[in-house]
Amino acid sequence: MKAYVCMKHVPDTAASIKIVGGKQIDETVKYIISPHDEYAIEEAVRLVEKKGGEVVLVTLAKEAAMATIRTALALGPHRAILVRIDQTFLDSQDTARILAKVIADDGPADIIFAGKQAMDTEGMQTCYRLGAALDMPVVTDVVRFDPAEGKAMVEREIGGGEKEVIEISFPCVIGATKGLNEPRFPKLPDVMKAKKKDVKLIDLKSLNLQLDNSVQVIHLDSVSERSKAKIIGGSTGEAVRELVRILREEEKVLD
Amino acid sequence: MANIGVLIETDSTGVKIANYGVMTAAQGEGHQIIAFVMGIAATACTEILGRYGATQVIELSSQGENLAKSPDLQAGLIIDAVKEYHIDFLFGLCSSKGKDIMARVAAQTGAPLAQDCLSVDVAARTVVKPFFSGRTTATLQLNGSLVLCTIRPNAIEEKEAPVTAGAAVFSSARSNDGRLVIKEVKKNPSGRVDISEANIIITGGRPLGSADNFQILGKCADTLGGAVGASRVAVDLGYASHSMQVGQTGKTVSPRLYVACGLSGSVQHFAGMKTAKVIVAINNDKDAPIFQKCDYGIIGDLFEVVPALTEALAKR
Ligand SMILES: Cc1cc2nc3c(=O)[nH]c(=O)nc-3n(C[C@H](O)[C@H](O)[C@H](O)COP(=O)(O)OP(=O)(O)OC[C@H]3O[C@@H](n4cnc5c(N)ncnc54)[C@H](O)[C@@H]3O)c2cc1C
Ligand SMILES: Nc1ncnc2c1ncn2[C@@H]1O[C@H](COP(=O)(O)O)[C@@H](O)[C@H]1O
Repeated sequence: MKAYVCMKHVPDTAASIKIVGGKQIDETVKYIISPHDEYAIEEAVRLVEKKGGEVVLVTLAKEAAMATIRTALALGPHRAILVRIDQTFLDSQDTARILAKVIADDGPADIIFAGKQAMDTEGMQTCYRLGAALDMPVVTDVVRFDPAEGKAMVEREIGGGEKEVIEISFPCVIGATKGLNEPRFPKLPDVMKAKKKDVKLIDLKSLNLQLDNSVQVIHLDSVSERSKAKIIGGSTGEAVRELVRILREEEKVLD
Repeated sequence: MANIGVLIETDSTGVKIANYGVMTAAQGEGHQIIAFVMGIAATACTEILGRYGATQVIELSSQGENLAKSPDLQAGLIIDAVKEYHIDFLFGLCSSKGKDIMARVAAQTGAPLAQDCLSVDVAARTVVKPFFSGRTTATLQLNGSLVLCTIRPNAIEEKEAPVTAGAAVFSSARSNDGRLVIKEVKKNPSGRVDISEANIIITGGRPLGSADNFQILGKCADTLGGAVGASRVAVDLGYASHSMQVGQTGKTVSPRLYVACGLSGSVQHFAGMKTAKVIVAINNDKDAPIFQKCDYGIIGDLFEVVPALTEALAKR
């Protein structure tokens, strides 16, 4: 079984994002594995622990991602590939084509795991474009993955607590989400071992791909938080009646 | 002059209300709006979609293939219809289903796609959408002869723009390659609306303490016609299901009213609900951080305040 995991290196989920020059951000904040990709890594590692084979991590990022790659390697993948780029934002179609090329050159892949959504640009489409580029079926928002011979049964969340049960044949792309598994905490020996694992560096330019840049960031704006709440006082009964009145008469959000 | 396509989502009750905001986003001087529906007759939707500006409603039908089993087949049919009707801008709803289908259309055509948009400028081909879990927004330029976007449910206030809509059927011959088949849909027993499309949400955090206690919120939600959400801690402790989690690693919601009961107000939770119109917090700690970033607060024990609120709502 040759499993690939696409992992994105993103600013910490709690870091405050400072916009620089209109469309860049201050990149000196802490970076982490994009949260949904942790579930992707865990599922790939479990699959290969069961069936044998290899898990290869693939990241497209600036070279600073090396630290995040080491963290991810401590979670079980055997080796990694970092495709080095200079820009912060790369459009999803280009990203998927680059990831697909690297995986095809290294592969062939039996399965590719990714996150359902990257926590920085929230594209919600790379899995599908990767599938199209490699001619593989795709399912995302996956909360359950049961592999069988040449195929897998997966469950996909479709909202309101409903789930689709899907049969998908290998090779395929699986977009992981929370609920799929409980990612492990790396132990010290895993962290030590991760330092010695092979990370192949590839320069984007050496791939000779023509980029489309069909989606461009024009500018970023910070979202201001609300100010302090208006506290509704009085006894519990008085407070809730006043709240209902405000919501109906002033805010008009209740009938 | 733009030919705008809108993918309409329907359920057993017909056109879902969340589509009206999407239709509103598509309206504009000189736009021709073509609404596409599946699994429902176009004539059943012309009245309501015409009210929001659709000049035509097209039912997409596959020649004998079971569309419900294959999202790729649905996407293929949409692509054929987009060509047939010379669509240059295709809109959809950023629901679980909408974003899945749109991403399939985008992947198969290579067209640029922006998901979860808060606003759209059709003429300029720009959209505004959240980046960094809602800590910033990004204005994106989409370049291509066909561009796609999905709109966050409830993000755009609906506005009527009545015209008379025609109805037609479009079908094309595509077949399912069998590599991905939907075998079954497991229904949800609660019967409440999905949080990502709900107009009113009441959410519980760690102090709820058990799944049983979540029923306090359920009762309140039922008097409001709303949905129940949960913080990640409440989900991880087993008080609520994953599908109820709001926040960065859960659902993104944009209701009219959001009532947070026993939540501290973490950045990751706010990432999923800060675009709500009105946010109310109920917390027994007057210094809880959530009171620094919401609209109204009641300081008190949620086990007292929520039942009292349910009662006050029932009397309204
Ligand atoms: C990568 C990452 C992703 C995350 N994603 C999410 C996410 O998607 N969604 C999410 O919610 N969190 C997420 N979190 C977790 C988040 O950081 C917080 O830990 C979590 O939101 C806190 O949950 P809470 O508000 O229920 O609990 P707490 O922080 O424990 O707050 C409980 C609050 O209830 C109040 N309280 C206690 N008893 C009562 C009572 N009887 N009546 C009224 N009030 C009472 C307390 O004063 C306190 O303010 C994420 C964290 C990380 C690191
Ligand atoms: N630059 C990247 N490097 C590696 N994986 C990526 C990259 N961008 C996106 N992905 C993968 O695609 C998933 C979905 O991203 P997106 O479609 O951009 O929200 C992420 O969770 C990653 O698994």
